[in-house]
Amino acid sequence: MADAANDAATGRARVMAAMRRALGVTGDEPERRAAVAARLSGHARHLVPRRAAVSGAERLDLFRRMAEATQTTVAEVDTAADVPSAVADYLRTNNLPARIRRGADPVLATMPWHEVSALEVTEGPARADDLASLSHAFAAVAETGTLILTSGPDNPTTLNFLPDNHIVVVEASRVVGAYEDAWDRLRAAYGEAAMPRTVNMITGPSRTADIEQTIQLGAHGPRRLHVILVRNGGPSSATA
Amino acid sequence: MKTQKTTVALFVTCLVDLFRPSVGFAAIRLLEDAGCRVEVPDAQTCCGQPAYNSGDRADARELARQTIAAFEPYDWIVAPSGSCAGMLRKHYPLLFADDPAMRDRAEAVAARTWELVSFLVDVLGVERVPQTVNLHATYHDSCSGLRELGIREQPRRLLSTINGLKLTELADADVCCGFGGTFCVKYPDISNDMLEKKTAAIAATGADVLLAGDLGCLMNMAGKLKRQGSPVRAWHVAEVLAGMTDDPAIGEGT
Amino acid sequence: MKPTSHAFKQNAREALADPQLRRALGNVPTGFIQKRANARARLPEFDDLRDVARDIKNHTLAHLDLYYDAYEQRVTAAGGQVHWAETAADMRRIVLDICRAEGARVVTKGKSMIAEEVALNEHLEAAGLEVVETDLGEYIIQLRHEPPSHIIAPAIHLNKEQVEESFRARHAGLPEDRKLDDAPALVGEARQVLRQKFLSADVGITGANFLVAETGTSIIVTNEGNGDLTQTLPRVHIVLASIEKMVPTLEDVTTILRLLARSATGQEFSSYTTLSTGPRRAGDPDGPQAYHVVILDNGRTAMLGTEFHDMLRCIRCGACINHCPIYHAVGGHAYGWVYSGPMGAVLTPALIGIEEAGHLPNASTFCGRCEEVCPMRIPLPKMMRHWREREFERHLAPLSQRWGLGVWAAVARRPALYRAATAFAAAALRLVARGRGRVSWLPLAGGWTRHRDFPAPQDRTFMQLWRERSHG
Repeated sequence: MADAANDAATGRARVMAAMRRALGVTGDEPERRAAVAARLSGHARHLVPRRAAVSGAERLDLFRRMAEATQTTVAEVDTAADVPSAVADYLRTNNLPARIRRGADPVLATMPWHEVSALEVTEGPARADDLASLSHAFAAVAETGTLILTSGPDNPTTLNFLPDNHIVVVEASRVVGAYEDAWDRLRAAYGEAAMPRTVNMITGPSRTADIEQTIQLGAHGPRRLHVILVRNGGPSSATA
Repeated sequence: MKTQKTTVALFVTCLVDLFRPSVGFAAIRLLEDAGCRVEVPDAQTCCGQPAYNSGDRADARELARQTIAAFEPYDWIVAPSGSCAGMLRKHYPLLFADDPAMRDRAEAVAARTWELVSFLVDVLGVERVPQTVNLHATYHDSCSGLRELGIREQPRRLLSTINGLKLTELADADVCCGFGGTFCVKYPDISNDMLEKKTAAIAATGADVLLAGDLGCLMNMAGKLKRQGSPVRAWHVAEVLAGMTDDPAIGEGT
Repeated sequence: MKPTSHAFKQNAREALADPQLRRALGNVPTGFIQKRANARARLPEFDDLRDVARDIKNHTLAHLDLYYDAYEQRVTAAGGQVHWAETAADMRRIVLDICRAEGARVVTKGKSMIAEEVALNEHLEAAGLEVVETDLGEYIIQLRHEPPSHIIAPAIHLNKEQVEESFRARHAGLPEDRKLDDAPALVGEARQVLRQKFLSADVGITGANFLVAETGTSIIVTNEGNGDLTQTLPRVHIVLASIEKMVPTLEDVTTILRLLARSATGQEFSSYTTLSTGPRRAGDPDGPQAYHVVILDNGRTAMLGTEFHDMLRCIRCGACINHCPIYHAVGGHAYGWVYSGPMGAVLTPALIGIEEAGHLPNASTFCGRCEEVCPMRIPLPKMMRHWREREFERHLAPLSQRWGLGVWAAVARRPALYRAATAFAAAALRLVARGRGRVSWLPLAGGWTRHRDFPAPQDRTFMQLWRERSHG
């Protein structure tokens, strides 16, 4: 639509012109352009809280404590092979049907699901009647017990929000201290300045305080968030 | 042997001048007891805050000019008010941001201006006051003193050295009493809501006496307490520190 | 929404007389204030981070045009589209055009103050679209046809009985005997009803807490997950963002994010912080097929580079609102538009004019609590004072006030006259007080004596007494 495109061009031109007029610039000034280019490509870190500067067992412990403080439950297993029975246990303990929905993530797909044959595992984005979903986190941030999940066929975004119960698997080697460490890994995986459609930073289940300022879980997203921390396996800490 | 007494210029403040001179005299006593010589520059009237906060920069600048001229001969300028001292310290330089010569003079005066209790404690190093009075008091933190000048511990420290004085902390001591200069007459019903929350907190302390460092706040709170028929009496903290509580409290008759 | 800010005093009077509102507002100091204080205590770097955050935004604003160039390139490279709305009408038109082109019938919305600002919902509904607010608080007030009363907790003025009443009136097919007398039941009912809307929506509209230039990303911060269901399930995702939402890099936005939830609700981090970049990629099994970002000016470029420039650092956390004693007294509706409390007092006149919104920056004691808690170190009282200066220059203040202060200043500039005038006033007021020490009613001071006594002068003036003492 030529008119719309024309309007679009004028709208942009007018707002940009107003910005430049207000700032007293033309937009061509080399120092400004250099400053912006440098900041974007350098993406330097600012002050990172000391809290995040933990490693090893201390870091995992911090992640667990911070996550549990947001009503996330955390279970620990030794290897990826232990995950299917951990999932089955979780569903049984919470009186949920033995059905789980996951994405195509190879780490999840190659787990020994046949060992829990009573558990029905289906693959794909979430459907309206799925009660429980399983995701594999890209990373986890100990600083605030936050999970980092990336969209795509491996871990469809709808699995994070539609089902009542969300189980997230994360290897210990994917647990970082500060958010900035997660961004470094993201850039290594996707490229500089590139992002998947969605990155979800998830800290606890869904909640609201909109009714008389009392916290209720399960407003629209999951009522329950359960993390299965895998002590061994996953990428070495040097790679994503 | 040369005796060098620190000379301090007292900025009386318009409210103290008109409504309660005893605060000024209490300030002088405290300063003299701490070893100062006090002068009261004659050309002072008002710091200009009412004009400033009403958006009348021109009048505020004129009053600031007058105040700066009256006080700049002195090394120390002390006011028994956090809001007036804050006006000189924080806002006078801003008033002359576009006038370098005046701004320099304003900054010089600002650097030498102190609220009274902060001056006693932070500059003169006064650690106690030799008073004895049996009082159960509570203390309200006036907003400017607290947030512009960092006055919180100093009055409490000195009050704690008075024999017989029991101090109960006021819940929400740092919440505005609703005075705000012309605010209390421009928005009286909102001011009253803030004021009623304040007097309820005062009543909850069980204290007999209300203290603060700003006469505007005190007149506001005392006026409400009297209207409510409350037995709580209000003094400026300087009066209690100087042992001058024999005379009627704020809003009380002779 | 049509502003009623000019009626602030009337609005305030009604608010002060509303017992249910006063009960609801009583939760604000004990809740939000304590929670923020606790969160700050748990993070030793909190105050230093505020300085860094201020510097990040100042740098961004100084280079805003260039960051938008970079941002737009990145959004386009990711398959998204950026639109520019100079005015509120432009934004309404652009959003409706996108919805029409999509053949949309049902639109779900995450919470967006910008949408309120441009009155988007009414415009879409007038064109025949069903618009559903999905943030629980926004949903409730949508049912009640009320505006939000707080930028973070829009339904904070309501109690659960009022929510139940709204659900019963508006939820078709809700059985009469269903219990809805507690918060979990109400939340459960809303979840069920809104779930259907999420799944049937053609277009999902969200706001944006931040835009990231480095990656062409929009960020929403929620606790409910409604924003995520809004932006992931429908075919089209539209992001509404005003020009000051820009931040250069992921590291920059991370610093500010460390302050946002802590300042707003006292949480370490909200449940869902979501970074969206473009539409779904090839191979993605879910996500929107189209991604549009509509950038709004609506008066903000007119603040850039002026004495109100610092207000563009605001990240809409609501901390200033939560700490304001005027807000505690009257609540958000009294401010008469979208933005309330101290940030509303500074921003509203800039967006709808000082003639309409003049009361807002005047209804402040400058106690300074807002500036004390602002994560972006915005000098809010200073900017309210600037609005008062603008009003004074334009003679907008009431004549009596201007005249009274003018007389005061004129006398105060003449010390000799001042001495005589104050000596006279002291004597006159003491006469009126007749030894009682106070006055219950004073002409010209009705505002004072309506609610409190007026302490009379103690004696003659200090300067009279001092002169006597020095010369006596």
